Amino acid sequence: MDQDCIVIGGGLVGSAVAYGLSGQNQKVAILDGGDRSFRASRGNFGLVWVQGKGWDYPPYAQWCLKAANLWPEFSRQLGEETGTDLCYRRNGGMHFCVNEAELEERRKILEQNALHTDGEFQYEMLDHAALAEKVPQISNAVVGASYSHLDGHVDPLSLLHALHQGINRQDVTYVPSQNVSEISGKDGEFRVVSNGKTRSAGKVVLCAGLGNQRLGEMVGMNIPVVVDRGQLMITERIKPFLDWPTLHVRQTGEGTVQIGDSHEKVGLDDGTDPAILQKIVQRAVLMFPFLARVRLVRAWGALRIMTPDGNPIYQQSETCPGAYAVTCHSGVTLAAIHAGTVAEWISGKNDDPLLSRFGTDRLHV
Amino acid sequence: MIDDRYELLIIGAGPAGMAAACEAASHGIRVAVLDNQAAPGGQIYRNVDRATNRQNRVLGKDFVKGRSLVEQFKQSGGSYFPGATVWFLDEKRRVGVLIDDKSFFVDADKLLLAAGAQERPMPIKGWQLPGVMTAGAGQILLKSAGMVPNGRLVLAGSGPLLLLLAYQYLQAGVKIDALIDTTPRGAISRSLGKLFEALPAADYLLKGVKMMLAVRRAGIPIYHGVEGLSAIGEEKLEAVRFDTGKTGFKKVTDCELRADTLLLHQGVISNIRLPLAAGCEIEWDAGQKNWAVTNDEWGRSSNADIYVVGDGSRISGAEASALQGRLAGMHASHQLGKISDSKLEVLSGPVVKSRKRHLSIRPFLDSCYTPSPRYLVPGDDTLVCRCEEITAGEIRQAVRLGCTGPNQVKSFTRCGMGPCQGGQCGSTVSLIIAEQLDKPMAEIGCLRVRPPLSPITLGQLSEA
Amino acid sequence: MFKTIEEPAEGAVEILVEGVAHRVPANISVAAAALLCGLGSVRETPVSGAGRLPYCMMGVCFDCLMKINGQPNQRACQVTVAADMTVERQLGAAEYEDL
Repeated sequence: MDQDCIVIGGGLVGSAVAYGLSGQNQKVAILDGGDRSFRASRGNFGLVWVQGKGWDYPPYAQWCLKAANLWPEFSRQLGEETGTDLCYRRNGGMHFCVNEAELEERRKILEQNALHTDGEFQYEMLDHAALAEKVPQISNAVVGASYSHLDGHVDPLSLLHALHQGINRQDVTYVPSQNVSEISGKDGEFRVVSNGKTRSAGKVVLCAGLGNQRLGEMVGMNIPVVVDRGQLMITERIKPFLDWPTLHVRQTGEGTVQIGDSHEKVGLDDGTDPAILQKIVQRAVLMFPFLARVRLVRAWGALRIMTPDGNPIYQQSETCPGAYAVTCHSGVTLAAIHAGTVAEWISGKNDDPLLSRFGTDRLHV
Repeated sequence: MIDDRYELLIIGAGPAGMAAACEAASHGIRVAVLDNQAAPGGQIYRNVDRATNRQNRVLGKDFVKGRSLVEQFKQSGGSYFPGATVWFLDEKRRVGVLIDDKSFFVDADKLLLAAGAQERPMPIKGWQLPGVMTAGAGQILLKSAGMVPNGRLVLAGSGPLLLLLAYQYLQAGVKIDALIDTTPRGAISRSLGKLFEALPAADYLLKGVKMMLAVRRAGIPIYHGVEGLSAIGEEKLEAVRFDTGKTGFKKVTDCELRADTLLLHQGVISNIRLPLAAGCEIEWDAGQKNWAVTNDEWGRSSNADIYVVGDGSRISGAEASALQGRLAGMHASHQLGKISDSKLEVLSGPVVKSRKRHLSIRPFLDSCYTPSPRYLVPGDDTLVCRCEEITAGEIRQAVRLGCTGPNQVKSFTRCGMGPCQGGQCGSTVSLIIAEQLDKPMAEIGCLRVRPPLSPITLGQLSEA
Repeated sequence: MFKTIEEPAEGAVEILVEGVAHRVPANISVAAAALLCGLGSVRETPVSGAGRLPYCMMGVCFDCLMKINGQPNQRACQVTVAADMTVERQLGAAEYEDL
């Protein structure tokens, strides 16, 4: 056996899972895509986010809160090990609302969040005056915001870099530019063929994002993925003005301003559409009028990996046990729990009951 | 006021763009030319219609020659938009352009990209210090502002432009304290075999020899085969140093020359940001060490409605670029139904022939002035990305972690993520990776280009 | 670091560079003017604070970013001088509150 475990995909999900597995002394190899693969990890907004997540699916609300709570220790450890500053801060997050109806809807959503977590999820609704006290540049068009001190943000690219530094230090075999053509076998003896070369492993974990649908079929799993394009923008560095991350505007550790985002069903097209960029910018400028004078540095599209209900999939194959699939669009928020609980689940050391709520059976009823 | 659609939309008013516009307009095509400069001419003929007699004497006949093309262009009847910066472009030929701080979207039946060349980066240690500039920058200052360096001046690198600039500075009475030639030893003798095919363009060779002799006669200290070049200084350039070189027959080691201005040059490369944004295929031209745009004899790219011509497609020089622009202009006119097959053939014949003559010098020049690998791929402590201040060593670290191309390197290091968006460092990053992984450049690829292609504020974008 | 080879043919304009009035040839770029005025650096990078001067003069390198008429991060090589223009060094990240 070449490896205890082969992880297919080296984005935020795959590298976090591999980091966790190798941390438990598993011999791990990652088979990753190439330089120009669709990489959701490179299109991330950097939020370590709880508010609103899973408001309509209690297990996900609980899962996100758990994941976010693991982040401070995860970030400390990864940062110390690699010397990379992840720019992680858990100073709370906001969501701005531009009319009373939005604010009311937001309140209802967060009420659900709190309900699903037995009140552990805490939040405040801020009216304009309370918001303006915290964020003086906010325009009058913003009538209020939701705020939760449980939210935070991180530099998603530093996270990806640090995870790769981490797996490198832990002697994970990393093989880039791979195209997996065949997976066969079952628990204890899998064979994975990529770029014409066969590797064997006790377990196989599919973390290939959009590729999981195709790969899942090879090991008897039906992993439905939905492509959802989001367009993002980043500006020049400006002096600090926004301490808190929000769902649409975030000032990064370097001082650039990240602006997002859109949800578009355009298939495998990660391009940009100026009409959509305009809409995204108009919303940001409505919130912070001074942004109109700020220069755009880059706009790009990235493809989210969505499941039909928007919640993650953690599934072990029934016909090929030992083959696992991890599919989600929240690679940042969930990085800590992927490196922890999920890696432990794969190596058979953790049976968190929540995990059973993220199987594919919920989608195929 | 710009219209929302043209039959032929040309980006760039250098030799190729101007010639294409003249040609197409002469066949009755509705042409518009967008250019980011205030006046037509591109870099080569920058400011040509406003240059003073003194500037013209210093810059020489090849510069003044540009005036007739500029004149012809101005009278071509095509629409011309100076000061227009293209910030958006895609494969559907949607062009977003900023004119007078206002953004417009323009569609084109045929698009012609003639964005010209930029200097190949010469990342030596200390190249970011104030006082170090490109030779092209020195020449732009001469053309557009009649400015020349004041103080101790060192020119360093390789390539015809370095020699031309030295010659022009001599005409302007500028004292050059040293000329440092980094052309690898033996490059010229190895290129002699290509001299025969360059004979049709003997005029280029004669000009080169004339300039070389003038520089020698001026008594400028010249160092050849220089290795280990770096710029030294705390807050600004104080000295230029190198490990080894030769002056005359004398070997020089560990040489340090005081300098206030260092002008660097090692050839030019195609500005491929626009073609990449438009989804045009590119290929690595190993002879030119340049990403060239794949195009046919008419300048048509992999996208049949997009022409990419001039130095922006492959380095060919001003004359050959203008002729390629003419061919593309003719072909677009033919495609748009304005001229017949036979007319296209009659018109293009002599242009093709003339272009061939001008191109015959290229293999010799490319071989003669091929940049030294040592200056293409810098040492670990040299800055590669000037914006985000990322060194070659950091890039190599990312490659050791498993990055196989510039886009993943960028994600790991921020290299290419600053305001210039990799326009400056992109080619160096790919070369470093290719060397480290021992893979061909075509396999490494280049940084993905995304909008904006030139700066735009969020306000301008939202009001477009 | 730079000088002109002759009197400006198209006259001169007065601009305010770092608060000091300078007469510079009309129609030159702000980057050229900054070099002519002898600025030691036109900006300090937001990354390390290192000083920079214009490098490529043709819009590629973004090393000539300056604050022009109060607008931060302008490529000085792409802007032509005009009478009474204010030109300041760009110190680190752009500041917008003061506009």
